[in-house]
Amino acid sequence: MDAQTERRLFDFIAHEARLLDAQRFDEWLALFADNGRYWVPLRGGAQADDGSHNALADEDRLLLALRIERLKSPRAHSQHPPSSCQHILQQPALVHGDARTPHYELRTPFVYIEVRGERQLMLAGCYRHRLIDRPGGLRIELKRVDLLNPGATLPAIQLFP
Amino acid sequence: MTRFRRRADIAALVQDDRVHRDVYLNEELFALEQQHFFANTWSYLGHASQVPAAGDYLAVEIAGRPLLMVRQGDGGIRVLYNRCAHKGSKLVSDDCGSTGKFFRCPYHAWTYRLDGAPLAIPLKSGYEGTRLKDCESGRGMVALKHVVAYRDFVFVKIGDAGPDFESYFGDALGAIDNLVDRSPVGRLRIEGGVLRNVIHCNWKMYLENINDTVHPMSTHESATQAANALWQGQPADAPKPMAMEQILPFGAGYDFFDRMGGRIYPNGHSVLGINFSIHSGYAQMRDYEQALSDAHGVERAAEILQRSPQNSVCFPSLALKGSPQAFRVIRPLAADRTLIEAWSLRVEGAPALLFERSMTYNRLVFSPMSVVAHDDVHLFENMQEGLRGEGNDWVSLHRGFDPAEFGQTTLEVNGTNEILMRNQFRAWVKFMTLSMQD
Ligand code: FES
Ligand SMILES: [Fe+2]
Repeated sequence: MDAQTERRLFDFIAHEARLLDAQRFDEWLALFADNGRYWVPLRGGAQADDGSHNALADEDRLLLALRIERLKSPRAHSQHPPSSCQHILQQPALVHGDARTPHYELRTPFVYIEVRGERQLMLAGCYRHRLIDRPGGLRIELKRVDLLNPGATLPAIQLFP
Repeated sequence: MTRFRRRADIAALVQDDRVHRDVYLNEELFALEQQHFFANTWSYLGHASQVPAAGDYLAVEIAGRPLLMVRQGDGGIRVLYNRCAHKGSKLVSDDCGSTGKFFRCPYHAWTYRLDGAPLAIPLKSGYEGTRLKDCESGRGMVALKHVVAYRDFVFVKIGDAGPDFESYFGDALGAIDNLVDRSPVGRLRIEGGVLRNVIHCNWKMYLENINDTVHPMSTHESATQAANALWQGQPADAPKPMAMEQILPFGAGYDFFDRMGGRIYPNGHSVLGINFSIHSGYAQMRDYEQALSDAHGVERAAEILQRSPQNSVCFPSLALKGSPQAFRVIRPLAADRTLIEAWSLRVEGAPALLFERSMTYNRLVFSPMSVVAHDDVHLFENMQEGLRGEGNDWVSLHRGFDPAEFGQTTLEVNGTNEILMRNQFRAWVKFMTLSMQD
């Protein structure tokens, strides 16, 4: 992998997280490919992708758009007061992909903090991004969020870890 | 300070048409619930499919008591206290697993058979001539006396007071029958994992909401409006994605919820949506209907499938949905903290689509990341805080109150009638005070 491509991929991951932290959700959604998927499996990294187990969230573009539209509504009661979030990322690692293919897979350990009023929620885990390189730029085919404690009793998680 | 020592103190908290805020806020009442209410009522513990083989166990805490449901060598199910007879260590600390042929305490290695009977003790000779054999510690793990596996749904009653299983649930068990009979072979399996939420509100508040049809319009406005906006412009017969099929009906109006109807049973149980519900519109499957008719006869099959209640409450711990095949378990942790579990069911002999519906519904509506539940949870926590305000000690349950409702045991009403909640609180008083002194 040439250093330039690697730089581009890592910048993309950082950019994605920055859009979420800035709550620029429409721009964030535009990073997804048409068949893009955002997936938070209930067994975290141990979960196979065979549909036999549930998820905290498993969303296509339609459902992601629903989430984003809802957040814009003044009647989204749970957003009074509003939530905000901060992603803290480690340096991504490229696990798959070479210069001849348009597909890349990256792993990025993270800490996610979501706050609302007096409450603070912290999640940790690892992202697995599957990216496709298109003429228009990189797009997310899959953002898999493997939490360390996906099966724990969790309070409401309102934004996007 | 003890304020609630006598029956009359408890009864005074629940009037004909309203309840005192202390039932949600007061820590002493929560302790009394642990001691009396949950000892006198039947609580859901687990599903038999979670312990398929001999030695499989499921560890659950009910009303502060650590319990173990264990599959026996002869295929039966027993429920033991998860407590070593020696000094009290929990025998297992995983949520579920297999203990093999016997339990072995991690502390001093006392061992027990699967039914809890003592098997072996290290340094046995040291107990010769002592009174160990004649006391509780010599008798092994303690088994619960009142355990019933009704069509694989396992319930326990901790104390000896209170009604037996059949008289406690009565006709309310029809909700479990409806769910299990959706399988042509009469069997369900828990699969796909559990979604677990901890909500900072009293458990009764959550339970009331399961019977509340007036809140969806206002509470879920943001989610249903967003869904409508995204779905707008689609032709009326466009096939809906499963998520839309499940979310859009939350926006149904007051009239819809009123007409869906409700039924109450003695001891706090109820069914909401006896005529139809937000689940009635799911696409049907011809092959599956045929398989059900072959298994149960055309009439019974139609009866099963036409019944898709919004919620059936097996008071106080279980809320079932026949379609999608899913259920919630309410597990109180403190006066202001409640654990809610949402489980998915695989219907044996039915198309995989049913299981997909079950998982999708739980994920969309009951996940900690649900777009629908965020507003519910926020409002439960709001109420828990708001009720601390003074000047009004009461919570109103007046809607639809009719003095003639007293003395009726089973009753059918309009879907927005708060009698479903009044019924729960009347049962709450009954089982709170059943084993109190005066
Ligand atoms: S506490 Fe179990 S063997 Fe001692
Ligand atoms: Fe709700």
